[in-house]
Amino acid sequence: MRFDWNWEFTAEILPRLLAATLNTLIAAGVGYAIAVVLGLVLALAQRTPWTPLTKVVRELVEFIRSTPLVLQIFFVFYVGPQFGIRLSPWTAGMIAIGLHYSAYLSEVYRAGIEAVPRGQWESCRALNLSTRDTYLRIIIPQALPPSVAGMGNYLIGIFKDTPMLSVIGVAELMHTANAIGSEHYRFLEPYTLVGVIFLAISLPAAGFVRVFEGWVRRKLGL
Amino acid sequence: MPIWEFLATYGWRFLGGAVVTAEQFILAALVAITVALLAGLGKLSGNWLIRGTAVVYIEIFRGTSLLVQLYWIFFVLPLFGINLDKFTAGFLSVGLNIGAYGAELVRGAIRSVPKGQWEAAYALSMSPTKRMRRIILPQALAIMLPSWGNLLIELLKGTALVSLISVADLMFEAKQINASTFLSAEAFGTALVVYYILARFLVTPFMRGLERAMARRLGRT
Amino acid sequence: MDMSAYPLELPEGDRPMVRFMNVTKSYGTLTVLDDLDLDVAEGEMVTVIGPSGSGKTTVLRMLMTLETINGGVIYVDGKPLTHMERDGRLVPANERYLREMRASIGMCFQHFNLFPHMTALQNCMEGPVQVLRLPKAEARDRAEELLSMVGMIEKKDQHPSRLSGGQQQRVAIARALAMRPKVMLFDEVTSALDPEVIGEVTTVIRKLVAEHNLTMLMVTHQMGFARDISDRVCFFYSGKIEEQGPPDQLFGNPQRERTRQFLSAVKDAG
Repeated sequence: MRFDWNWEFTAEILPRLLAATLNTLIAAGVGYAIAVVLGLVLALAQRTPWTPLTKVVRELVEFIRSTPLVLQIFFVFYVGPQFGIRLSPWTAGMIAIGLHYSAYLSEVYRAGIEAVPRGQWESCRALNLSTRDTYLRIIIPQALPPSVAGMGNYLIGIFKDTPMLSVIGVAELMHTANAIGSEHYRFLEPYTLVGVIFLAISLPAAGFVRVFEGWVRRKLGL
Repeated sequence: MPIWEFLATYGWRFLGGAVVTAEQFILAALVAITVALLAGLGKLSGNWLIRGTAVVYIEIFRGTSLLVQLYWIFFVLPLFGINLDKFTAGFLSVGLNIGAYGAELVRGAIRSVPKGQWEAAYALSMSPTKRMRRIILPQALAIMLPSWGNLLIELLKGTALVSLISVADLMFEAKQINASTFLSAEAFGTALVVYYILARFLVTPFMRGLERAMARRLGRT
Repeated sequence: MDMSAYPLELPEGDRPMVRFMNVTKSYGTLTVLDDLDLDVAEGEMVTVIGPSGSGKTTVLRMLMTLETINGGVIYVDGKPLTHMERDGRLVPANERYLREMRASIGMCFQHFNLFPHMTALQNCMEGPVQVLRLPKAEARDRAEELLSMVGMIEKKDQHPSRLSGGQQQRVAIARALAMRPKVMLFDEVTSALDPEVIGEVTTVIRKLVAEHNLTMLMVTHQMGFARDISDRVCFFYSGKIEEQGPPDQLFGNPQRERTRQFLSAVKDAG
């Protein structure tokens, strides 16, 4: 084989890749939704006064963050059947990627909450706000703007990690490119196109995150 | 099969895999640090060609996935006449990918060295190279070292992907053992624990030690 | 600790608005308040002065329940502040009881601590709406009335970041008053302000003293202001009240050597 870009072949496979891009975006969206919610749970669990819980959660977050996502995907997908629980590739993939990124997002939330000055907590106490109102109305709104950049970057991060789902057969972009490659014995166009599609989405998204962060700041009068 | 029997049978294979992972990690880290310095400084260069090259490299490698880069380097580069064996393609991809993130750390750290330091070096009429090497970089290094700790964990995790081009690392061995024994919890669980130990008890303490040594050198203890 | 020495409630006829009874506060081996007794009568304005680290701010922070109490009991309006009755004796209060008691106390801070994501008006409505469950319209009326009183009604729709320090502190005073506390605490409210705007805050406090029958405790470094408006001044020294009395007496004719030293040091400084 030598380098010869085939435009006809490109035109032929592009629709298939674009269709798979939709799957990639869905995977990123669903995984992120899980991570956003679960991450908040992990962050708040570390703020409870019950030390055994905070310690276990802290260690769990460290564990998830320091082991490879692709290994976690395999683990979730293959360990279930061993104990009689059969998960579809999609379900296993969403659990693994959602869990993985929830650990990262919990750190973003934690940093955001810790960045709120102590005086704000004291003001809430002085105004007799309940713990719930303190978090929902005072602390979280202030923890959010500094978290937006981190949250946005992890959304892009989760998007860029979706190709790992191909290892258990989720029909996203990378998986489709692999399939095309082995059907036609041509890898140049599919792999290059996958790269271009990723660039075309993640570069504008990164710009959008920056703009959005500024907007949130202004919106909250910070 | 009880877990100790499993480990007695397959332990040496996990160990062999861990050694390959360690090799990949060290080589990829060297690549990452080198290109991060080059691209980070390059992005601050006054020369538009150097700056442009750095920006293109950083954006391409940060804008796409490590897995895509790995496949491209291993499967597509040969079409351009560049044939890399899988081991080299592996650590090179991981290093280039993490290096792009590292470049942003380098750039950010250099820019956060106080302006007064630049001016003081200028006032001593140091050459730009000397100013960078003797005054700015040591301070920038102290600033960015903690972030490099996190980045090297990402790099360690990134090396797991080289198993997908059949480099016999820890991840690869876990997959092989799983395929032949169907003991998924044991196979993948052991690998998870080994990665965790490598990250938490080798990479992180090493970087912390480096941070302390750096702080001492700058007289900030 | 033997709690039986402390009454469950202060008897009628001996019910100051605030009473510290043998109150002790320490951090590890460092004693901040040492067996403190202090009464503040209803409507009284008491100023606490003293060198830094003398425990004066701790007095206010304990009243606001921002600090825990290591020994003794604080009574507010006759009821124990951080203790509740169980089986005929005092035990540390639960959160619900604390919240009930906290409602009678308001506080203004050195660094204002306004909520940055809310306008001046929203800051003043937050407590009344969320805690007192006032209807929005009523909370708004109350907030606007108080903002007018502190001279901030024109700026009611501004966020704190658009206000000067003096303006923020005036909003903070309105915010605390909107909760209709029985006791107001002012913790070095002018310390973080530029000299030229201190006056606008002290004017508001003067007005409060003149027109309302609020019980107030204030920690300040401004001796002239303390002398003007206080009913009583307490000089704190290493966790104890070294000397207290009417301002003219304490400033004009201090009895204790440490008081004299402190006052002359403050005078020299500014």
